[in-house]
Amino acid sequence: MSKTHVSTTINGDPVEFLADPGMTLLDALRDELELTGSKEGCGSGDCGACSVILDGRLVCSCLVLAPEAEGRRVETIEGLANGSRLHPLQQKFLEHAALQCGFCTPGLLMASKALLDANPDPTETEVRYWLAGNLCRCTGYDKIIRAVMDAAAELRQERV
Amino acid sequence: MSQLDYLAPVTPEEAVRALGAAGARPMAGGTDLLVQLRAGRTRPDVIVDLKRIAGAIGVRQEAGGFVIGAATSGAVLGEHEALVKAWPGVIEAANLIGSTQVQGRATLAGNLCNASPAADSVPAMIAARATCVVVGPGGRREVPVEAICTAPGKTSLSPGEFVLEIKLPPRPARASDAYLRLIPRTEMDIAVAGAAVNLVLDAQGVITEAHVGLGAVAPTALLVPEAGQALVGSKLDEAALARLDAAARAACRPISDKRGTAEYRTKIAGVLARRAAAIAYKRAGGAA
Amino acid sequence: MSDVLDRPDIGHNADDHLKVVGTRPIRPDGADKVTGRAAYGADFNMPGQLVGKVLRSPHAHARIVSIDAKKARALPGVKAVITGADFPNLADEFHEGGEAASNLRDMAMNVIARDKALYHGHAVAAVAAISSAIADEALALINVTYEVLPHVVEVEDAMAEGAPLLHPRMFTEGLEAKPDKPSNVAKRNRIARGDLDAGFAAADVIVEGRYTTKATHQGYIEPHATVASWAADGQCNVWSSSQGQFMVRTYCAKVLGKEISDIRVTPAEIGGGFGGKTVIYLEPLALALSRESGHPVKMIMSREEVFRATGPTSGAVMHVRLGAKKDGTLTAADVELKYQAGAFPGSPVGAGSMTALACYDIPAFRITGYDVVTNTPKVAAYRAPGAPISAFAVESAMDDLALKLGIDPIALREKNAVHNGTKAAYGPTFQNIGYVETLQAIRDTEHYRTPLGPNQGRGMAVGFWFNVGGESTAAVNINEDGTAVVVTGNPDIGGSRASMAMMAAETLGIAVDKVRPMVADTASIGFSMLTGGSRTTFATGMAVVQSAEKVIAELKRRAALIWDVNVDHVMWKDGSAWCLDPAKADEKPLSLEAIAGQSARTGGPITGQTSLNAQGAGPGFAVHLCDVEIDPETGHVTVLRYSAAQDVGKAIHPAYVEGQIQGGVAQGVGWALNEEYIFDRDGHMENAGFLDYRVPVASDLPMIDAILVEVANPRHPFGAKGVGEAPIVPPLAAVANAVRRATGVRMADLPLSPPKIRAVLDAKGG
Repeated sequence: MSKTHVSTTINGDPVEFLADPGMTLLDALRDELELTGSKEGCGSGDCGACSVILDGRLVCSCLVLAPEAEGRRVETIEGLANGSRLHPLQQKFLEHAALQCGFCTPGLLMASKALLDANPDPTETEVRYWLAGNLCRCTGYDKIIRAVMDAAAELRQERV
Repeated sequence: MSQLDYLAPVTPEEAVRALGAAGARPMAGGTDLLVQLRAGRTRPDVIVDLKRIAGAIGVRQEAGGFVIGAATSGAVLGEHEALVKAWPGVIEAANLIGSTQVQGRATLAGNLCNASPAADSVPAMIAARATCVVVGPGGRREVPVEAICTAPGKTSLSPGEFVLEIKLPPRPARASDAYLRLIPRTEMDIAVAGAAVNLVLDAQGVITEAHVGLGAVAPTALLVPEAGQALVGSKLDEAALARLDAAARAACRPISDKRGTAEYRTKIAGVLARRAAAIAYKRAGGAA
Repeated sequence: MSDVLDRPDIGHNADDHLKVVGTRPIRPDGADKVTGRAAYGADFNMPGQLVGKVLRSPHAHARIVSIDAKKARALPGVKAVITGADFPNLADEFHEGGEAASNLRDMAMNVIARDKALYHGHAVAAVAAISSAIADEALALINVTYEVLPHVVEVEDAMAEGAPLLHPRMFTEGLEAKPDKPSNVAKRNRIARGDLDAGFAAADVIVEGRYTTKATHQGYIEPHATVASWAADGQCNVWSSSQGQFMVRTYCAKVLGKEISDIRVTPAEIGGGFGGKTVIYLEPLALALSRESGHPVKMIMSREEVFRATGPTSGAVMHVRLGAKKDGTLTAADVELKYQAGAFPGSPVGAGSMTALACYDIPAFRITGYDVVTNTPKVAAYRAPGAPISAFAVESAMDDLALKLGIDPIALREKNAVHNGTKAAYGPTFQNIGYVETLQAIRDTEHYRTPLGPNQGRGMAVGFWFNVGGESTAAVNINEDGTAVVVTGNPDIGGSRASMAMMAAETLGIAVDKVRPMVADTASIGFSMLTGGSRTTFATGMAVVQSAEKVIAELKRRAALIWDVNVDHVMWKDGSAWCLDPAKADEKPLSLEAIAGQSARTGGPITGQTSLNAQGAGPGFAVHLCDVEIDPETGHVTVLRYSAAQDVGKAIHPAYVEGQIQGGVAQGVGWALNEEYIFDRDGHMENAGFLDYRVPVASDLPMIDAILVEVANPRHPFGAKGVGEAPIVPPLAAVANAVRRATGVRMADLPLSPPKIRAVLDAKGG
């Protein structure tokens, strides 16, 4: 089984790695690139813990083959903060206590970022449906929804 | 040990050649294929990724209708204003497949060729009278969407063939469509039943043309001509809706499984057909 | 001198004194968790590690005739293959783990089957190889010869005469006389008081029902994962995601026949547990594979394995009969509970029985519980184990009683409520409980007065959980710059690091960000029972506070040395030592930082450690109110509003207390509406994935109003009671009662999925 050479951009940096052709992007991130912030909760696209942004689109990295990343741009949780300054979503998740165990949090943050990039002023219902692919078993979602709405409001302020 | 290979052709001809190899499987969005691969339900030798074929991702308007590349994700479709305006039912069906994440990948062509009886977009495409452009070693052919699936997980495509494009026909004035499905939760589930209705009205609001597609109530998604005929000539009055409900139920041949009983699926198909018809009628400009 | 300022005050009016407890600081482990740096079970690697995988039984019940692993062992890249024969055979030994007693022998046989596979997914063999692909290939090369046996899944089928027996030498315990035949009923328990016949004879009305629930899974998003190393000298290191590193250590030692001192367990961050990570599955397999291969071994379960092989909670069949006077006064209750245990005895029917009537003061009652083995995965603890199930039955019957008598359901609960001084149905006498206050809190909500529309219904239900204390160790170490480190042995599942730091900061009188909490490995802190039973903030929190008090005593001693005064003349207040000696009236207070900076000259490092066995955890009462709307044509249920009030004693970090309540509600709503294990005719779970095992998603739920009622627990330094478990007890019935009131039909079989609701509406002629 020959490995495929993949050149891609991850969190703005050029990255090269070798992948088995059947390897998922999630496995490449976690096992080849040591970016373990993306989590595997199901491996079937049902939990969203592995969410990353691929060429501007939110995807489950467990449903992307690693060789597909060739020439693409991948954004992961490790790139969400600006250096040591947290993204407003990260800050609001902390302020609202929107995480308990924290395992689903990286995926929820990436999904929320994709939402606010596309829709800076979502309604509660829009947030809930957008995030329906991100399972959280700890929080009942209440504080997550509040954190996302609050972060959206703050980002709108920053834009003014 | 599997010797899986990954190819990403950039022309349809290259793709046809790649798919000619034994054990080759085309991949559009990959949201079904990769799940099956992981679960060991499919063991291809070669995955032929269609996304890098020129034109495979995107929508173009042609002869008044729309041509949708095989690898175009639901998210891209949902952002195409003219397409959403012309075929809101097809697009809402496409956009019901899975999560936001899945929407970033899943395609109409993939949803069709995966050949699940419960595929959300297929009843809507059938009701829309959509066609597929199929390419393969024998050249190019265009077939109605309902000619593709033959049984759960089975298609009429020959070895080496794949769906390159999906075509939605031109829309007259006062025409619209709608798709509804029933799932236990509000998102993320496979349809227990689904119904799509595509209507054309005259200036008085009388239905002149109606097509009804049903999902998850038979081994393949169904086109139900009797259900469409039940509406033609009406202004979607109660009697017409009752006829539609009865015709939809009469067409159902569902199974009972972990997602719902046959009896329930049949009842719901009628309910959803009525509700979808009401939405399509209103969208087409009929006075509800 | 007896200095009240030495000790944080307790009780209702203490809040004025509190500067940290009751506030909502950002959790100390937060930044790592929002940036992807926190390391969970699967995020750790050891040099030279192998991939371990498990071969699982394809049959629900089968005798293992032989296992031939020759081909697998011969495959290049395979470094070890193990079977049940590689583990010692244990005698029965019961171990109290924090949520429920476990029989170590059964646990060992659940980790890997010996002569019989008892459920589909039961581990039969395991391999370690240099890659995942080779490990998979090796599994396929292991040839197991099975003699397939008849199997049984449903609890009443397992109790029936002639049912296939899982354990042919098991005779029902708890009966008056030992039965003459073995059966699948491991145990019958009974709690009774008063004259039941007289109680029912005195009743004006009687309601009665049969209720069923299906097995449901804890559904933590992180699959089980571990890395284990068995060194050449027999010393072992385990990194794993669990609810208790000491639990993992104890159980691994038992299952592998090792001394505890040879095993060191480091807790990974845990991605949810809810009781499901209070037992071991992979750790002993990884250790045995490491022993055989000479390499560290990493094992991660797939989601499918999590569903097929780790603990769900019981499915159950229940009967409830209630008698009452016209004014609603209960005269008698007869409750029968039959719980699935899975492959080995140990369903939570005991706790289900003890909690069933815990909210009620009834003169005559009888609760009978049956613990029944079935060819399904061995149940594990799931949040208030057993209580949501029995509460579903009792609270449904109470709602029927309220309807029959035309009494408001809150008033009916109040009329029969337990109070301080009431002898609880399960034995002890209640003290310092806040139950009626919690009922009143729900009555006071705007929610309770909101008008309902067509096809809508409002349900209420109550719930009880004991909460536990138990053994904990904590250390508070003062750093030389006056900051502090709090070390405990309890994994942080839902924000406990924050509450530990807050209680230490409050006690020491310093800012919370000067205190850094650590969850230590088993070699770095004394024994602590696992994180479970809603015990950590109570018991480990108590150890933290006592450690901080020891530190304060030492700080006062150091200040006395510096000032050359008697220690009795030193007071600790606001993070500083104050000199009370009239002869030294000019001495300025010495801050913790100042004392710490001189510690080398006054006797060395300043630390305090406490090990304790905490008693007196205050029980938790929860009262929930739920509004639903039914689509009468599809049977689909929408939860419109949800309010959950709970007596929490004192909320240390109110946001995380609310989070516990909201999370418990969400799990309970899922259990009520859509979650269930579905088995096919072969006893295989048909929905072993998050696609068809339907946990609630964000769009399924409304905001969940968590109402904190604070009736202090005097046994805790700040009045805290356990909070994590009570919130999952009422939702099953609260939802079902709302559906009853929306549809007019009592639905007694969970889950209330759309097909079932449409069917009853059709039957009703709607």
